[in-house]
Amino acid sequence: MSMSSLAIQTNEINLEYVEQVKKRQRMKNLLKGVLFLLPSIILFSAFVFYPMIRTIYLSFFLTNTSGVTTVFVGLENYINLFKSPIFLKNIQSTFLFVLYTVPATVIISLFLAIIASEKLKGIGFFRTIFSSTMGISVAAASVFWMFLFNPTMGLLNQLLKSIGVEPIGWLTDPNWALLSVSVTTIWMNIGFTFLVLLGGLQSINSYLYESADIEGAGYFYKLRRITIPMLSPTLFFAITVSIINAFQTFGQIDILTQGGPQNETNLIVYSIYREAFVNYQFGSASAQAVVLFIMILFLTAIQFKLGERKVHYQ
Amino acid sequence: MSQVELIELSKSYEKQKDILKAINLFIKEGEFFVLVGPSGSGKSTLLRMIAGLEEISGGILKINNELVNHLPPKDRNLSMVFQNYALYPHLTVEQNILFGLKAKKVGKQEQQRRLKEAAEMVGLTELLKRKPRELSGGQRQRVALARSIVSHAPLCLMDEPLSNLDAKLRSNMRVQIRRLQKRLGFTTIYVTHDQVEAMTMGDRIMVLNDGKIQQVGRPITLYNEPANLFVASFIGSPKMNIGKAHFLAKHKRLTVENELSITVDPSIARGLPLDRPLTIGIRAEHLLPGTTENTTHYLEVVNVEQLGNETSIAFDVGTELWTAKWPGQWPIQVGQKVPVHLSSEHLLFFDSETGSLIQSASQAKKQEVLVI
Repeated sequence: MSMSSLAIQTNEINLEYVEQVKKRQRMKNLLKGVLFLLPSIILFSAFVFYPMIRTIYLSFFLTNTSGVTTVFVGLENYINLFKSPIFLKNIQSTFLFVLYTVPATVIISLFLAIIASEKLKGIGFFRTIFSSTMGISVAAASVFWMFLFNPTMGLLNQLLKSIGVEPIGWLTDPNWALLSVSVTTIWMNIGFTFLVLLGGLQSINSYLYESADIEGAGYFYKLRRITIPMLSPTLFFAITVSIINAFQTFGQIDILTQGGPQNETNLIVYSIYREAFVNYQFGSASAQAVVLFIMILFLTAIQFKLGERKVHYQ
Repeated sequence: MSQVELIELSKSYEKQKDILKAINLFIKEGEFFVLVGPSGSGKSTLLRMIAGLEEISGGILKINNELVNHLPPKDRNLSMVFQNYALYPHLTVEQNILFGLKAKKVGKQEQQRRLKEAAEMVGLTELLKRKPRELSGGQRQRVALARSIVSHAPLCLMDEPLSNLDAKLRSNMRVQIRRLQKRLGFTTIYVTHDQVEAMTMGDRIMVLNDGKIQQVGRPITLYNEPANLFVASFIGSPKMNIGKAHFLAKHKRLTVENELSITVDPSIARGLPLDRPLTIGIRAEHLLPGTTENTTHYLEVVNVEQLGNETSIAFDVGTELWTAKWPGQWPIQVGQKVPVHLSSEHLLFFDSETGSLIQSASQAKKQEVLVI
């Protein structure tokens, strides 16, 4: 009797000891994990989390020209924004800009990626060319397009003149300016999107196409039933990134139009910049930034909800 | 049903010459034809050339007496089952099976009729709405089969279709595929590296090595009369025991690996070259346990495998490792010397230089005659 109870006791003690060791190991693992995360935690905190919280904080205040908070105004900055016709116009321009650039970029890139994934002699040359805009800085590309858009000496107007059409004020005509900036942006974004889509295309198993060949599928049937569905995760990524990029466009606006003519190309990020560093209204600029943040967050969330149904992950 | 004819077919890549050399072959209507060979022998390439997925570098390929060298895969009227099944991961089983019929714009009712028929045949009726990732390996395999059944193609090409399955499922699927083929009667060309699959499934087998045909024939012929040493050691499990040999004392005694001395029956020795170096082969089941009367040799056991219904025993013979398969359970220990009966009527004789068969076992021939 006493023997067996003793045995049970020692078993319990052993179990307790095992539990302790397990706990210690879990702690060790957690610590290791945190250690690996530390570099990104520090970087993100310094450059993302802190600025974000600071921006939200600033958006409830008025500030002096050096950005020091002076008066707490609550939601007034936001209320003023949505009462301002210029800000509403900026939002409209931004959405139009996204609408002009994203579908065009993705469709053109998809087309280029599909033709560049054919196995032909010298295809590497074309792949390099198609992806080359990725290596050009926004500033350089903008300057390059500024020359093309130049009203008198620009190549585009020269061409128009040679076929007898009135020259167009590409960047100065309110009807054309947003479109011109969009064309520039599409051209600049094609490189990256092309490369992503090409990578996606090449990771599709070639057996699927061989099997389809034997089963008698034509080119467009294969494109519709195999390529597009199999590429859908990549397409989804490309579209999401393109939309976010389009919302955050700044460089080409600053160089090409500076928001003009008549605020036609005053996209929201440029407007934030003007408000903060030209007008020194840090409070109102922060409010705009928060609005932009919420818009992008909301759109991306919707995209993920809709995308889930259509995207086929392997 | 299609017949397939290959005339001097060859394949070379830019960097690699002669993947396949002058392949001549005739595959009859409704035949289950197996291409077997080690990896890198060119068997898959040959199959892909017949399918039209790989360009033909030289020679003529005829299907139903028509030249098809220039035709794309879809115009060759065939179906194919791939090693990794090539199922479309984003489509359901039903959509996967109907993929080809939709591409060819077959009528809706006809599609459904064929789908039902094929699904019943391979037992997929319950799984039609699933995606491939929700299926087990064997089920995926059956989807791939169903896809080739619905096409009603008279020729079906299979590229190692069972190599991704576990052993039990594989032997089960072997029977299923064979039955299906007999029932529907389509001509089948089946590629495998597994000689058991080749032996059990094929009406005829072609053994391929290094891009050259080694032998074409019925499974039993390949087993009993292998044309050369390669076929001899490739077909059959365990592989045929092989040893270098030469004659001593006027064709009466044969020395194997300088270790064993075998008395050769004069009727067998008659047809053999006198002075050439020979290689002899003997199947594991012909290395019999010796009784008190007929024991010819004592061999030292180096390994014993108890399989329950039979015992596999390994011996060291010179530089070679020989295996014997004895029916029943034998209580033998490693290191023991066991009595063995080795009779010259079971020996196969090969030319050591060319590797080709000089004379097959006289015993096997007799048995074959009896069966016929």
